[in-house]
Amino acid sequence: MLSLRVSIWATLAALPLAVFAAYALARWKFPGKQIVNSLVHLPLILPPVVTGYLLLMVFGTKGPVGGALQQIGIVFAFRWTGAALAAGIMAFPLMVRAIRLSVEAVDPKLEQAAATLGASRLMCFATITLPMILPGLIAGTVLGFAKAMGEFGATITFVSSIPGQTQTLPSAIYTFLQVPGGETAALRLTLISIAIALTALLLSELLARRAANRAGGR
Amino acid sequence: MLSVSLQHALPGFGLDVQFEAPPGVTVLFGRSGTGKTTVIQAVAGLIRPDQGRVTLNGEVLFDTTRRHWLPPHKRRMGYVFQEGRLFPHLTVRQNLAFGQWFAPRDAKRESLDRVVELLGIGLLLQRRPGGLSGGEKQRVAIGRALLAAPRMILADEPLSALDEARKAEIMPYFERLRDEIGIPMLYVSHSAAEVARLATTVVALQDGKVQRQGTAAEVLGDPAVMPAGVRAAGALLQARVARHHSDGLTELDAGGVPLFLPQIAKAPGSVVRIRISAHEVILSRQRPEGLSALNILPGTVEHLRTGGGPGAMVSLTTPAGRVLARVTRRSAQALGLDTGAECFAIVKTVSIAPEDIGGG
Repeated sequence: MLSLRVSIWATLAALPLAVFAAYALARWKFPGKQIVNSLVHLPLILPPVVTGYLLLMVFGTKGPVGGALQQIGIVFAFRWTGAALAAGIMAFPLMVRAIRLSVEAVDPKLEQAAATLGASRLMCFATITLPMILPGLIAGTVLGFAKAMGEFGATITFVSSIPGQTQTLPSAIYTFLQVPGGETAALRLTLISIAIALTALLLSELLARRAANRAGGR
Repeated sequence: MLSVSLQHALPGFGLDVQFEAPPGVTVLFGRSGTGKTTVIQAVAGLIRPDQGRVTLNGEVLFDTTRRHWLPPHKRRMGYVFQEGRLFPHLTVRQNLAFGQWFAPRDAKRESLDRVVELLGIGLLLQRRPGGLSGGEKQRVAIGRALLAAPRMILADEPLSALDEARKAEIMPYFERLRDEIGIPMLYVSHSAAEVARLATTVVALQDGKVQRQGTAAEVLGDPAVMPAGVRAAGALLQARVARHHSDGLTELDAGGVPLFLPQIAKAPGSVVRIRISAHEVILSRQRPEGLSALNILPGTVEHLRTGGGPGAMVSLTTPAGRVLARVTRRSAQALGLDTGAECFAIVKTVSIAPEDIGGG
């Protein structure tokens, strides 16, 4: 169940940032946009172990950010929060991609129309853009959630696999498979993981269809 | 009073316009690609012009020299777009109410019920825009703009995406906006028929410049102004409905001259605006006899304009007002149509098309 907690937190924390990044990449023109775009996609392209190691360097207790955060009592390394951070970062590019596509599908002319009716940019986003990208948002969230559930490489590098603390589902399965007689336990976890994945997928299909019907104007 | 002064570089030409829009309906008139939409978008704040200053009732909406820019949502301009732009995820009622959420409390508001009744959209309220016809969408769009308590309505070719029947359906609603709500309007159009029917003031644009500004009758009756092409040139006359005849014709009295047209739904005594297209007018030096045409206006040639082509535009003063006639240069010479020449303008009854008849 640690895995669920990690994945939910990872997805929830990454979601607002992903929406912001997707909106910025889809709508705004700014210098260095290509660089930002590459940075967003980096975790998707880099080997997960590299990402995990980079996280360890930056957010480890001796890292520049990790050290500073430790002063105010926030520690990522070898804690479940670290697992969530790793999972969130790995899920981020997938979420941005899905959401960006749906932002691009929203006609900016509708946002203009909302502006002439007195809606500020923030209200435009909340009342027009957000409801219309809801299907993409749900799809992106599920994709991100699945990625977070399955995250292995970066997590095990960054926070290791401490039972009860940082051991997520994939790393537990991996650990069970390393010891003789662990197959039964591994199989049980595999079934749980399949069940969670299928539930998430069905739920998202249902939500996305309802949202798409609304956004389609019927 | 809206006062506009703009310079903006567009592909191929520069936009440079100054005009003032007094209360009533001001139509920005010109053919496609003369920068009309750019002007109205700059007034709404949807594009930033290179240079300029726009004020509404003394309040500065933007002024590039003072680096002042009021964002569109603070301008309170009700914009009716060419293609409606209803929000697809909201019902018609929610679309209508959208602007109400943001309108200032102390603004003069129209009630939802009144607007719904005015536009005849009561049966659509629970529906979503996806299932509406083009004309219905545009009516909802007008209502949505109106309910945001705007200080002015900006309409950018709101009829051009509709077919003729739908145009005829929507036009009366703009007239009601003008006559019943009395809200000032800036209306972009390339259609002389729309100008004739709606405009109190016309600003004719050509190649990014104001070519002429004046009342609808002045501008449409000026042969030099043909922004929508030669075929659209025509005179605007005021006439009074004299009586309805039993053979399906209505007799008008235009400055003492009787004019006949297919029956219109106006009570005798009411005043109508009619438009006579220049290319529907035939000229004769003698009072014609034995002719099937019923409408004959005696007049004097005011002046004759010729261009590079074989055509000439004759402008006549008649008791009914100024009438334009498009003839060939050859016949103008053969008839001796010089300034001061007396002649008769013959208008075929059917040429006063119903879409050109507006209340006024």
